[in-house]
Amino acid sequence: MSTEAKIIELDEVAIRFSGDSGDGMQLTGTLFSDASALHGNDISTFPDFPSEIRAPQGTVGGVSGFQVHFGASQINTPGDLAHVLVAMNPAAIKANAKFIRLQGTIIYDSDSFTEKNFQKAQFKTTDPFEELSLHDYRKIAVPISNLTKESLKEFGLDNKSVLRSKNMFALGLVCWMFNRPLDYIETFITKKFAKKPTVVEANLKVLHDGFNYGMNMQHMTPRYVVNPAPIEKGTYRTVHGNQATAWGILAAAEKAKKPLFIGSYPITPATDVLQELAARKDLGVKSFQAEDEIAGICTTIGASFAGHFAVTSTSGPGLALKSEAMGLAVIAELPIVVINVQRGGPSTGLPTKTEQSDLLQSLYGRNGESPMVVLAASSPSDCFYYAYMASKIAMERMTPVILLTDGFLGNGSQPMRLPRMSELPEINPAHAHDVENYKPYKRDAETLAREWAYPGMKGFEHRIGGLEKGEDGNVSHDPANHQKMCDIRAEKVARVADMIPDIDVYGNPEGGEILLVGWGGTHGHLLSSARELRAEGIDVSLAHFNYIQPLPQNTEQIFSKYQKIIVCELNSGQFALYLRDQFPQFNYAQMNKLQGLPFTNDEIKSRVQKEMKGSLSC
Amino acid sequence: MLENSTQYTIKDLKSPNEIRWCPGCGDHAIINAVQKAMVTLAIPIEKYAVISGIGCSSRFPYYMNTYGFHTIHGRAAAVASGLKSANPDLSVWEITGDGDALAIGGNHFIHMVRRNIDINVILFNNKIYGLTKGQYSPTCDRGKVTKTSPFGTVEDPFTPGKLVLGSRGTFFARAIDGNVKKSHDVFVEAAKHKGTSVVEVLQNCVIYNHNIHTEITDPKHREDRQLHLEDGKPMLFGKDNNKGIVFNKKGKLEVAVIGENGVTLDDILIHEAGDVDGFIHQQLIDMKLPKFPVAFGVIRKVKDLVYDQCMEAQIEEVKENSKIKCVEDLLFSGNTWEVK
Repeated sequence: MSTEAKIIELDEVAIRFSGDSGDGMQLTGTLFSDASALHGNDISTFPDFPSEIRAPQGTVGGVSGFQVHFGASQINTPGDLAHVLVAMNPAAIKANAKFIRLQGTIIYDSDSFTEKNFQKAQFKTTDPFEELSLHDYRKIAVPISNLTKESLKEFGLDNKSVLRSKNMFALGLVCWMFNRPLDYIETFITKKFAKKPTVVEANLKVLHDGFNYGMNMQHMTPRYVVNPAPIEKGTYRTVHGNQATAWGILAAAEKAKKPLFIGSYPITPATDVLQELAARKDLGVKSFQAEDEIAGICTTIGASFAGHFAVTSTSGPGLALKSEAMGLAVIAELPIVVINVQRGGPSTGLPTKTEQSDLLQSLYGRNGESPMVVLAASSPSDCFYYAYMASKIAMERMTPVILLTDGFLGNGSQPMRLPRMSELPEINPAHAHDVENYKPYKRDAETLAREWAYPGMKGFEHRIGGLEKGEDGNVSHDPANHQKMCDIRAEKVARVADMIPDIDVYGNPEGGEILLVGWGGTHGHLLSSARELRAEGIDVSLAHFNYIQPLPQNTEQIFSKYQKIIVCELNSGQFALYLRDQFPQFNYAQMNKLQGLPFTNDEIKSRVQKEMKGSLSC
Repeated sequence: MLENSTQYTIKDLKSPNEIRWCPGCGDHAIINAVQKAMVTLAIPIEKYAVISGIGCSSRFPYYMNTYGFHTIHGRAAAVASGLKSANPDLSVWEITGDGDALAIGGNHFIHMVRRNIDINVILFNNKIYGLTKGQYSPTCDRGKVTKTSPFGTVEDPFTPGKLVLGSRGTFFARAIDGNVKKSHDVFVEAAKHKGTSVVEVLQNCVIYNHNIHTEITDPKHREDRQLHLEDGKPMLFGKDNNKGIVFNKKGKLEVAVIGENGVTLDDILIHEAGDVDGFIHQQLIDMKLPKFPVAFGVIRKVKDLVYDQCMEAQIEEVKENSKIKCVEDLLFSGNTWEVK
């Protein structure tokens, strides 16, 4: 018997699966993540794939990756750099070299190291590791393709089908390395291919052979143990952000006792929201796939006029197309939620990559004075909560609300503690009751919300529209009335501040040297960095915003307690610009990134360290 | 508030708002005919919803004492589609014009028709942009001189009915603004039809395109220039009601006179609005002066699946067969695990 594998106990590990976009890396990564979550680890994932469905095989442009970060303590990000890279071809190594931790492990399919593949990946030599200067790494060559062929030789499958299973070999091997039981994956495969017993059998065989290969080759592969993370009690399941968003909307509709309508148009990376809701006919969801983005929101407005809780989903370019109709919802004062899963822009930009560059569009991107409530979720699982809150605000305050998420949150996954409906706050839509005194734009004295009356309600017949109007809903061109109505619409949005919580500061809430300010999807990275910096003795705190318009009431007070504010965001400074307008008395330093990728902890930490040095020198 | 919302008169349908269309505008007669049709239909007043886009005609909802929504340019079809899908129990009317429906709203228009959502569309065709004071529209004939085509247009128009047929429409009718009696009848038929009903109303803009339809509508010639179709009846017209539409040897429509060239009443085509094959409907829609009279009345009315009904039926079916009955069922389904 060979030497026992070296067992390494780790707090956290990041693994990156990568291969051709047809190699099944997203599935492999997802299965491994789910198995890890079931094992009790906290996880965070990051799929990174090209926008082409099948980019040219073997090329760097066609590489699809999936990173999962799991650990024994709270995991807030998918990890900057991977401890382990699984690469199915030379192109995958080239595309991911910069994402591997120094001295990390690279497991690669040695059968893919052919002249042709080197050429496709544009290597000049036949030694990709040398060419990429990957010297201090543990490289494990596994003839994955041939072992898969060998594993399936008795099945009589064609070559193409055989090679399609090689991702299962890699998965089995990685499961052995990280001590993951195979039962969850087995169940998944058996269910997924229930109608194709040969496929089930073949995949299970390869999966087990991969696992056993690891066991038999103990001398060359180290084995890692990542213990379960201590987390809050409850029932959990893994969710991706778009799914959580859809569920939050569903929960809000049920709580408000409103039928749910979604009018939408497919667009990356928001399509999953529409798909999730379209699948929920069993919960009575009316999903309307419209002819375009404009019809997506206009059908939504129509359904809201009909008294339904209505939402639309989109991404940046789609939000631009919806602008005029959002203005209609603003002036008509109808409750809708516009979900914008942000991606890189401008124009078509980077459809599959993440960015936070639609903030100003959300705040100001409409004609006229057109204020809307804007919220931003900050983790895949809290998409649920902010989708719920966006819905609550819309229905109680009779205003359109924009919920911002992004590609990183939407596609990323995380364990979510499942709430009971009774734990969620009440939602009381602003229904009209008093038929005798009903006027379409009569308002609640406190919230300024008008009352919601809709076709079918006897005695409440009224007209609304895009023209400026008076309290009775009739068109008014009166100068003083227009001033008044603009002021009221702005004030109505501002008063939403009374229903949102104060902002919590991580670190030192009493004040201090540096306050990192972030919003939306960067929370995980900013929190991890702040935690690590504090552990190093640096006086840094974090204020992370989910409510953008209006801002939490204590914002100004919090900002006043720190010597330096650094606004960190994945755009060129949109939130900083907004804050300068809201609270011009403070100085805002900026940290910005526009690469279609999340921040890394290293980037944030070195930015803060630079700031510290700067303050020392002056 | 009305005691009984199904017993009302035309007065009850008029909102207190002063109507601000130009004196002599065809819109006055159209709103009159719509209100009369609503009284005839006797649907509870609170179930009527009138949705419009932008343009002169789109001020319509403000003048109605029903639910109404004056939306944005071109999008009335989409707003109405959402409204009707959400609540199929409503009687939804879309008021639109040639610019609103066929230019800026063309996409929504064809898709609403394709889906066959149960909406009654009244398309005011005055062949001009009136509200913006006289620019050419997609129904202007080639060469039309307007403020934006001072040397004449270099494009050909849509024929609204052909667009409806091309979008697999199930109902198309044509009416004339001034003929309130016939418009009323057509609107009632449109409202009773299940699916998208499009009624093109030839409407006169007294200010920017006066007399654009006069050749057709002039009382002196109207018997010879208008063919009023009735389902199951021969396609007869003319002062002496002796002219009719026949098939010629090439299989195309032609005008014939009874008693000339051996033509008898039996040769005259019988109008079948319910003919699924739209071949003759298209030819009828296409008939133009001077060779033909212009066809009015219900040209096409065929049964087909209705979007809003199918959507409801599908939901009921899925509900019945699913184990997920509420949001908690959904959340706690799938691969969950306990942390204790």
